[in-house]
Amino acid sequence: MAATTQQKVGWSVANIVVIVLVLIPVVWIVSLSFKTTGSITDPTYFPVHWTWSNYSGILTTSTFLRPLLNSIGIGLIATAIAVLLASMAAYAVARLQFPGKALLIGVSLLIAMFPAIALATPLFNIERVLGLFNTWPGLIIPYIATGLPLGIYTLSAFFREIPWELEKAAKVDGATPFQAFVRVIAPLAAPGMVTTAILVFLFCWNEFLLAITLTATTASRTAPAALSFFTGSSQFAVPTGSISAAAVVITIPIIIFVLFFQRRIVAGLTSGAVKG
Amino acid sequence: MTTTTPPVTAREPATGRHGRAPLSEGARAERRLGWLLCAPAVIVMLAVTAYPIGYAIYVSLQRYILSAPQLTKFVGLSNYGAILSSPFWWHALLVTVIITVVSVAIEFVLGMGLALLMYRTIWGRGGVRTLILIPYGIVTVAAAFSWLYAWTPSTGYLSALFNNSAPLTSQPKAIAIIILAEVWKTTAFMALLLMAGLSLVPEDLLKAAKVDGASAWQRFTRVTLPLMKPAILVALLFRTLDAFRIFDNIFILTQGNNGTGSVSILNYDNLFTGLNFGLGSAMSVLILICVAIIAILFIKGFGTAAPGTSLQR
Repeated sequence: MAATTQQKVGWSVANIVVIVLVLIPVVWIVSLSFKTTGSITDPTYFPVHWTWSNYSGILTTSTFLRPLLNSIGIGLIATAIAVLLASMAAYAVARLQFPGKALLIGVSLLIAMFPAIALATPLFNIERVLGLFNTWPGLIIPYIATGLPLGIYTLSAFFREIPWELEKAAKVDGATPFQAFVRVIAPLAAPGMVTTAILVFLFCWNEFLLAITLTATTASRTAPAALSFFTGSSQFAVPTGSISAAAVVITIPIIIFVLFFQRRIVAGLTSGAVKG
Repeated sequence: MTTTTPPVTAREPATGRHGRAPLSEGARAERRLGWLLCAPAVIVMLAVTAYPIGYAIYVSLQRYILSAPQLTKFVGLSNYGAILSSPFWWHALLVTVIITVVSVAIEFVLGMGLALLMYRTIWGRGGVRTLILIPYGIVTVAAAFSWLYAWTPSTGYLSALFNNSAPLTSQPKAIAIIILAEVWKTTAFMALLLMAGLSLVPEDLLKAAKVDGASAWQRFTRVTLPLMKPAILVALLFRTLDAFRIFDNIFILTQGNNGTGSVSILNYDNLFTGLNFGLGSAMSVLILICVAIIAILFIKGFGTAAPGTSLQR
């Protein structure tokens, strides 16, 4: 269906308006990162005095690069495991009958909604005892636990919508249940999985409270926690320039991550799985 | 072909005959599979949260102030009584409810619009989707700092809108600013979930509706929205529960001063600033109860769209 010029113009305008509104504060952060420490309190939107010193400051210190690596690693591992476990549970919830199903998802939801502030101290105690304090698994496991409810809910909503007939048809065609899942169901559930993966990863990326409580050194400290330990040019200056520069640098992997996955967010429902 | 039936303990074949004896071979296998698939997720969630929740409930029944540990003793429900009869709690609850309702409502409308844009736009799809997600990807603390600077008089470009009158120190304006920061950051979350839900609406149905003469608005409200109900439930539920527990933005922007504190800020103040673990734990349990009530209301309200309810097969 060819798009008329009027439609194209309409969408262009809508796109541009949205992008501009969304990016105004982002450009502000970028401009803060380029301002010199002395001019950080200037009320100008763009820097009057440009400097790269904020960036060179953070990129040459291991107290920033290592946490960045930690964030990426912890985020990816936690996301992968969370999506896997959530898919299994969501499939069971959506497709199979077993007692205690409603109780399970209700309780899982509640559990994850417990205020993180109250989780911090007990988790700190457990992890010290188990030797998980200040390690990657020490953060990965709580992150998985927090991402699971969202994953289970989203994915079960997706699995429900996929017609039961597809699996039956695949079995009639001779596929094992596993093959049916991988070849027929998984592609249709891909939007749900990708969406869940993006959201869980971004949650791990942003998470601050547990990150500062359960880590002590750059061995496992993640980027948001490292940000809070930045020091400014003097004891009394809030290092806004460094924080902004760090925020910009941290956001770049996010952009890459999302750009890579966003095409899979939309289903291939028109790929002809169900004919007629 | 046989007409004799085996004695007593007849076991029915697993041919999927629905509505028969519930413990057929097939149903039993289904149950086992169901439990097996759920087990890892359940184990992880329980392992992480069982001890902390149990510990919090235990401590909430005691008077336990970290700076005076010798005074620790069991006081039953008096912590809860103290909280529920305190105007601080009810004020924080009111602020929290206002922020939650307003920001979720705005985010839902904007998020739906963005979802439609991200899904149907004719060009630049990848770019638009990525750019819209950037605010959600910027670390909350850093973004909050940038808002703080933007709104502080004489250092920010936005405070000029209010004639440099320090909007962060006036309660209604500060709350509006907090809502703005929340909305800017997490609308993308809603939009992403809603867009995934949009992709579940079959094109054929929409085309059929068009052929039947339905206008774009009618197609949206009569076909798209109802089919998106499960996705809408997930998006609204999780966003509301998250908004209710708002903390980071308020902490950086106002530290909860001038009557802008949410229940989570109050909780933090009591737990970490006041070191009153007994009271703080009781507050955590109360917040959990509020969250549970919200969740129950949502799930009851959405009825058959909730995950776990059975579809007709």
